[in-house]
Amino acid sequence: MPQVTLTVNGKRHTVEVEGRTLLVELLREKLGLTGTHVGCDTSQCGACVVHVDGVSAKSCTMLALQADGSNVLTIEGLAAADGTLHPMQEMFREHHALQCGFCTPGMVMSAVDLVNAHPEGLSEKQIREGLEGNLCRCTGYHNIVKAIAAAWPLMHQKAAAAE
Amino acid sequence: MPFEGIGAAVRRKEDARFLSGRGNYTDDINRPGQLYAYVRRSDRPHARISRIDTTQASKAPGVMAVFTGADMAADNIGGLPCGWQIHCKDGSPMKEPPHPVLAVDKVRHVGDPIAVVVAETKQAAKDAAELIEIDYQELPAVASVRDAVASGAPLVHDDAPGNICYDWHIGDKAVVDAAFAKAAKVVKLELTNNRLIPNAMEPRAAVGDFDPNSGDFTLYTTSQNPHVIRLLMGAFVLHIPENKLRVVAPDVGGGFGSKIYHYAEEATVTWAAGKVRRPVKWTAERAESFMSDAHGRDHDTVAEMALDADGTFLGLRVSTLANMGGYLSTFAPCIPTYLYATLLAGVYKTPVIYCEVKAVFTNTVPVDAYRGAGRPEATFLLERLVDVCARDTGMDRVAIRRKNFIPADAFPYQTPVALQYDSGDYQATLDACLKAADYAGFEARRGAAAAKGKLRGIGISTYLEACGIAPSAVVGSLGARAGLYEVANIKVHPTGSVTVYTGTHSHGQGHETTLAQLVCDQLGVPLDQVEVVHGDTGKIPFGMGTYGSRSLAVGGTAMVKAMDKIIAKGKKIAAHLMEASVEDIEFKDGQFSVAGTDKSKTLTDISLAAYVPHNYPIEELEPGLDETAFYDPKNFTFPGGCHVAEVEIDKDTGVTEVVNFVAVDDVGRVINPMIVEGQVQGGVAQGIGQALLENAVYDEGGQLLSGSFMDYSMPRANDLPMITVGTEITLCTHNPLGVKGCGEVGAIGSPPAVINAVIDALKDYGVRHIDMPASPQKLWSIIQSGTPRMAAE
Ligand code: FES
Ligand code: FES
Repeated sequence: MPQVTLTVNGKRHTVEVEGRTLLVELLREKLGLTGTHVGCDTSQCGACVVHVDGVSAKSCTMLALQADGSNVLTIEGLAAADGTLHPMQEMFREHHALQCGFCTPGMVMSAVDLVNAHPEGLSEKQIREGLEGNLCRCTGYHNIVKAIAAAWPLMHQKAAAAE
Repeated sequence: MPFEGIGAAVRRKEDARFLSGRGNYTDDINRPGQLYAYVRRSDRPHARISRIDTTQASKAPGVMAVFTGADMAADNIGGLPCGWQIHCKDGSPMKEPPHPVLAVDKVRHVGDPIAVVVAETKQAAKDAAELIEIDYQELPAVASVRDAVASGAPLVHDDAPGNICYDWHIGDKAVVDAAFAKAAKVVKLELTNNRLIPNAMEPRAAVGDFDPNSGDFTLYTTSQNPHVIRLLMGAFVLHIPENKLRVVAPDVGGGFGSKIYHYAEEATVTWAAGKVRRPVKWTAERAESFMSDAHGRDHDTVAEMALDADGTFLGLRVSTLANMGGYLSTFAPCIPTYLYATLLAGVYKTPVIYCEVKAVFTNTVPVDAYRGAGRPEATFLLERLVDVCARDTGMDRVAIRRKNFIPADAFPYQTPVALQYDSGDYQATLDACLKAADYAGFEARRGAAAAKGKLRGIGISTYLEACGIAPSAVVGSLGARAGLYEVANIKVHPTGSVTVYTGTHSHGQGHETTLAQLVCDQLGVPLDQVEVVHGDTGKIPFGMGTYGSRSLAVGGTAMVKAMDKIIAKGKKIAAHLMEASVEDIEFKDGQFSVAGTDKSKTLTDISLAAYVPHNYPIEELEPGLDETAFYDPKNFTFPGGCHVAEVEIDKDTGVTEVVNFVAVDDVGRVINPMIVEGQVQGGVAQGIGQALLENAVYDEGGQLLSGSFMDYSMPRANDLPMITVGTEITLCTHNPLGVKGCGEVGAIGSPPAVINAVIDALKDYGVRHIDMPASPQKLWSIIQSGTPRMAAE
């Protein structure tokens, strides 16, 4: 069986996979990282979104082999090492942007990428359009939009302060 | 202590794990030695199975076993039971054809399970399932209720002539006909309530586990009510006694009704685990969810309102065809009857009502409760009909509603369709909602939109629903085969922390927080010292689960009763410790004190004494501080309110944008306003989805055309507006918390508000009614088909 070597949440792994194994299957089944979810079979729901080399990607739509040599961040690796939540996680909690929590990991990972990609600012409309690939059946998105808008200044201030 | 009790918008206790990827959903559970199941399903809507050959599949790599319906029959496995029996107009019981776990001689819908492969990996199971040879003799199929009741229609079940499951009615037809005979005006409307697919984001999953040493079975499943599954599956399907069967519903990723029912895959993996003596896991692919999760709605209705000359409602006459699908799902029969027809008075004092309902078998996925269940169908009918009454009589939409409202001083109010409402104030919710939506300023906004070439409309829905399900004796007399009480076990531990074991189940509602707030409020224990445990028959005494917005009204009340017992016992212990008489002990904010003195003991002093009973009234009192209560509600609860939608339609594309949505609901006392708002917003999103986007479409031959997220239009962030939520409450009078329930109001009140707004936007086009979803294609055709006409033509 072919092998893939990749870094997940800062840890290097070499794993045997079938040619058809999806990245999400590698994460959930081989590495036991069950925070990344599968909500569909047509690449529509975004429950499976992770970051691959810093950019959001649907891990159900990528073969594990395609991730060879890459750096993957999943929801389990988003908080700081001491457990401090990422501002996006914090704002999701503060604004009640999750109910059943099933869409949440993918939603948070997409939202982080969306905010990162827009240092100039994000309107409500842009947030809604940016969530095009993520379905939530519980919240009606209202509080997700609020949480992302609230996380934007926190994330960019932090980035500015770090510079 | 910070304010964490009733009314506090505390942040949720469960969020930390969900936000960090540490949720524990069924598909996250892996048991040692686990195998994987893949279900081979029918791709034919209606066919006889003449041959199933599993030889090749059984020999495929990694395959442990292949099972068919015949194997289950040989093991004496029962069919999936139905939990509600309706009686027809003539007194005969409904037709209740068998529902085999795996189809035996016939398949009745696309997705009907036929065989299951159990293998070392998911892929091996799936590959082998392809090798099962099935010979079908195809039969003509029916998908719509109209086709199914046509003469000469093919029969889904040979023993259900005319495809009729039941022909039921409520009300006195002669009296209603007489009211119509003397009416000044009769307004008639034909409408459908579109078929929906619930699509909780977590697909259904089940893991069956068998312990060969003890003979115990465990099922981990995506369920809203694990005790109900244990009862149905244990007693009727697999014949496993309760003491040998544990059902765990861990974190569940949304339900909306679709995870109430006992499904074939739950029984299959549990049974298969016993056969192969290893754990067996099954997880639905989304395509399977579309063709095997129970669908919702799907009514075809004719409704007529009789009015006098000044617009007073004199009588309502309704005739509905309700789609049951290919088999009866667990609670299907009660949805279009006792959760629908009994709601037809709505918020109005219509004096006489008659409704007849024919439930119809078709070659489609079974239909059962989906968020609101029956009540959205009743509400859509009524609120559309009331708008059409206003239009046809030339009355104002608000005025005709106000005129016919049940007044706030008329409670308790007995409707002509069995229910007795305990409280409400419909003028108040209407006033608050119109104000919040700036209804008065609408015409200016319509004008401004017209200047941009957009058609703007505003729509109102004033509605009511019945939830807090339900008094056992009442539902028993109506055909329920179970009681609908709720159970709470509350343990105050020796050092004062508390664990609540509730029979309700949280799959997004936030019970771990809200129920803990009840404990803060009543026992004075800080939130972080209260743990709420749900979803495990191995830990919780019993429970009927979560649906019908019942968790607080019924489950919360059970908790109040259990805490009352704890306080009563605590008072006896406190009286002993402080050498006072029990009558003199008062309990407040976690302190037992002797009235009129400064003597007091904390709850922790008392719990410690209860578990370390050195100085304790041991002669008359057992040690421990651990109480259980079963609560059977006295009545349903009746949340209601007003929703206002404002829309803009693009003339060139027919696309409707909801530009403003306001809901003002009376949900009774609010425990956590943040969670209530979220529940209403989520419900409204599903209601807007039903009104504008969602539709489960079968072709005439019974193939499901909308079988994936590519074809079934789920509401996305960009389809929805910000949703303004307000509350304007009256207290429920028959439960101690005064709560009514908030889980379904959003999905019940909103669809007619949206459609009324769309029709208002199109008022110059002479449109009287549009069925849901009001798709761009429908609206574009209307706009294209004509020059604007006058509304009154
Ligand atoms: S699982 Fe749905 S998009 Fe990946
Ligand atoms: S929180 Fe349940 S799907 Fe988004």
